[in-house]
Amino acid sequence: MSLPAQPEALARGYSLGEQMVAAAAREVRDAELVFVGMRLPLLAFLVAKRTHAPRAIGLYENGVIRETPAPQMLYTMADPPNLLRATECGQMLDVMGLLQQGRVDVGFLGAAEIDRFGNLNTTWGHRGGKTIRLPGSGGACDIACLARRTVVLLEHERARLVERVSYMTSPGHGSGNGWRRAQGLPARTGPSAIITTMGVLRFTPDGEACLASVHPGVRVEDVLSQTGWSLRIAENLGETPAPSDAELAALRALDPDRFWTRQR
Amino acid sequence: MSAPASKLVSMHEAIAEHVPSGAMVLLGAQLEQMIPFAAGHELIRQSRRELTLVGPISDILFDQLIGAGCAARVMAAWVGNVSAGLGYCFRRAVEQNIPRPVQTVDYSNFTVALALHAGALGVPFMPTYSTLGSDLLKKNGNLREFPSPVNEEKLIAVRALRPDVAIIHAQRADPQGNAHLWGNLGVAVDGARASRKVIVIAEEIVAPEIIASDPNRTLIPGFLVSAVVHEPWGAHPSPVQGYYGRDHAFFTQYHEQSRTLADFESWLQRWVNGLPDRRAYMDQLGACRSEALGVKEHAYSAPADFGF
Repeated sequence: MSLPAQPEALARGYSLGEQMVAAAAREVRDAELVFVGMRLPLLAFLVAKRTHAPRAIGLYENGVIRETPAPQMLYTMADPPNLLRATECGQMLDVMGLLQQGRVDVGFLGAAEIDRFGNLNTTWGHRGGKTIRLPGSGGACDIACLARRTVVLLEHERARLVERVSYMTSPGHGSGNGWRRAQGLPARTGPSAIITTMGVLRFTPDGEACLASVHPGVRVEDVLSQTGWSLRIAENLGETPAPSDAELAALRALDPDRFWTRQR
Repeated sequence: MSAPASKLVSMHEAIAEHVPSGAMVLLGAQLEQMIPFAAGHELIRQSRRELTLVGPISDILFDQLIGAGCAARVMAAWVGNVSAGLGYCFRRAVEQNIPRPVQTVDYSNFTVALALHAGALGVPFMPTYSTLGSDLLKKNGNLREFPSPVNEEKLIAVRALRPDVAIIHAQRADPQGNAHLWGNLGVAVDGARASRKVIVIAEEIVAPEIIASDPNRTLIPGFLVSAVVHEPWGAHPSPVQGYYGRDHAFFTQYHEQSRTLADFESWLQRWVNGLPDRRAYMDQLGACRSEALGVKEHAYSAPADFGF
């Protein structure tokens, strides 16, 4: 992966992965109902709980609802520490029902590929000119269809941020503003932010992603060259705040071996 | 009055009797918890072919069954290695027909749950907004758009699934198959009811009085169950709440050891085909490792009073 040097990150000794997870955690507001996806989002939610959003409530598609943060690092949402003293351990339909009712404020997803309208592909990937089979939706399509705000985490590479996904596993804004309603998707749902290893992208009223902030030390031209479409830049483009001491402390306490944030 | 007949059988007998080649089998109903790996390995040892695998994810068990050539079709939301990434056997089968072609019917987790819920309720479909606009909807014939009969909305009808057999791992069961499950339940309750047969794999077999003492925890009634297998550690490397933790390293090692076809074949010989049963598997895993995965601090729930 060719990424620019990271003076700020290197100086303070945090990785791009840690920057990405910290930025994702900030998308959770306190006391919100959060649908937590698998892999990196597991960590982002726990960091939010331990810092600015202690009253956020986590829903997991295996049927777990948690108000207290899990006491240990999670590799999967069904790891025993995520069940011990949970608010509720129920069925998948119990949490999916809450999601479909429109009660979930924000849902977190990882992705292999995303396009300019925030559509996700986790089914068919492309590597070195070959089409490869990826694991598939899991709960991603459900979250993307039904959560009020969807936040996506992925590594910022030209091959991953593409003009148009070849397969739409999970819908974003489709082909632009109005597309979701035309499909019949519930009102007031849809993609809210894309958090990458280089910056934060948000959506304009016409449904297209635009660069809202770059991470410390990242150059805008590098973001543009690593994006597979002509990325628009917000008028008030800012710099993503670096991970705070509290965020880094939470990250390191939860994932001391940097299982989720190494080499990103 | 005579006591009801025990349904306790060995894993070998349960699979031989109830899961023929060509069957539609539900596995991994509790997502990353309590995945019936021992049962899956017995399917491989008994050379089942042309199975249709149904489940939300099943972590690396689906990958192993596909790599061993047992599956013709996968109806799932996600096939891979949850903590380590892609499933190499799944990729080889879909991309290169190795060891044989596998048809994929791609769902989301919610639509798998709704398909089984419809099966459990005995209706042909369940409605949802999920998958509207997606390519899952375009490619999966079991998801159909329809106009709502009660308002102006569009909805998706998720066609009912009725697996031939559900293999459900439980913490404890009595010999008639009444099973206590706790922890996250995923699609286990609907999955058992939707399926024509149920095999319960239990960490412990207990007296019927223990099961009857807490009927709220009896999520599978014995009269739905065809066979009960006592298989301690039957879900390793996935966790069973209150019995053992998740063997994260095993998932990472599998990822490394299934990258090439030759590596996977050695893995399969070492961990499945070269072993007669789960006891031998646990001997090979070693007491050191199982001890490290065991419960360090018990956390019992308070008893519920059913008295009157």
